Amino acid sequence: MNATTPAPNRPPAPPGTSAQPYWNPYAVGALLGLVLLASYLVAGRGLGATGAFSSVAAWIANAISPEHALANPVHARYLASGSPLTAWLVFLLIGAFAGAALSGWLAGRTRLTIEKGPRLSGGQRLATAAGGGMVAGIGAKIAMGCTSGQALSGGSMLNVGSLVFMGSVFAAAYAAAWILRKEWL
Amino acid sequence: MLPLSSTLELSQAANLGLAVLLGFGFGFALERAGFGSARKLTAVFYFYDMAVVKVMFSAIVTAMAGLFLLSTAGVLDLAELYVEPTSYAGAIVGGLVFGVGFLVGGYCPGTSVAACATGRLDGFAFLAGMLGGVYLFAELLSGVDAWVRESAVGEITLPALTGLSMGWYVLLFIGILVAAGLAMRAAERRFAGLRPPG
Repeated sequence: MNATTPAPNRPPAPPGTSAQPYWNPYAVGALLGLVLLASYLVAGRGLGATGAFSSVAAWIANAISPEHALANPVHARYLASGSPLTAWLVFLLIGAFAGAALSGWLAGRTRLTIEKGPRLSGGQRLATAAGGGMVAGIGAKIAMGCTSGQALSGGSMLNVGSLVFMGSVFAAAYAAAWILRKEWL
Repeated sequence: MLPLSSTLELSQAANLGLAVLLGFGFGFALERAGFGSARKLTAVFYFYDMAVVKVMFSAIVTAMAGLFLLSTAGVLDLAELYVEPTSYAGAIVGGLVFGVGFLVGGYCPGTSVAACATGRLDGFAFLAGMLGGVYLFAELLSGVDAWVRESAVGEITLPALTGLSMGWYVLLFIGILVAAGLAMRAAERRFAGLRPPG
């Protein structure tokens, strides 16, 4: 009876077998809040992600043509503070990749797969992911930050622009979710 | 006196090592929450799983309470912390565009890294698209960048804007979190049938 019921404190399942459930969202939220707080306390700044992409984009532009990159005001801003590959946020995301990789592996959630709604083919989903990523990238540049830098970091400092950003994101995403419900439902 | 960065001159290697360490905690927490999965993330927009709001809201409240308590205790100088200057136009227009990209792409920039780290191929597609979008913005929309930066009105926080101290907002946000938690539990029951099979 109940041979499949996992015993408490069992060792992590090997990858690809039974995935463990996610942690309680409020508990993970508190953990994420403590990481964010630690970032403020030691580095004087919150977490962020978009800036890392901007640094890499500036580095690519610089590798293609340094004159062109320095003449571009957006790229130049990310080149001015030294090599983009020594940018703080790039290292933050390298750490995030390692942390997520360890967490997913320990929980048996790591596998090569495509996350998609039931109506989409894998190829269609890769296209919506890339297209959506491009739109999100442009939006984050206009807003000077994304869900990490604006919503989380700015929100915890009660930054007015960040709170307005958060409201806009959810308003647009809920409207898009209804219009494009066949993508996910 | 905190933050450490205001009193201690760290070497670049130490600074970047710290970034990796903080990032590790960031990515670990995102994956533990299930945010390496686009289905889990977008579920919030169909109400059958509100984890995104629960995690974000409790993270914001936790960090806010910590910042408030430490500054009240006199060990943290809030004025030394970096805050993005507010541009209403940038926040509204950028937020609307970002929101559509989030829903269609299924990730946000940080969570797409967690998706890649756990083998999600759509996470890699999002990451590549995001990099392309940021590159295109720099190449084609540097005028928009200048416009947003000119429209910025400086660092505005709710306590500064309203004259109400940060402590009241911590209490208010805790109250909203509790009320929203109850509402979300009801919503998840009501919309449980929307969860796609598999």
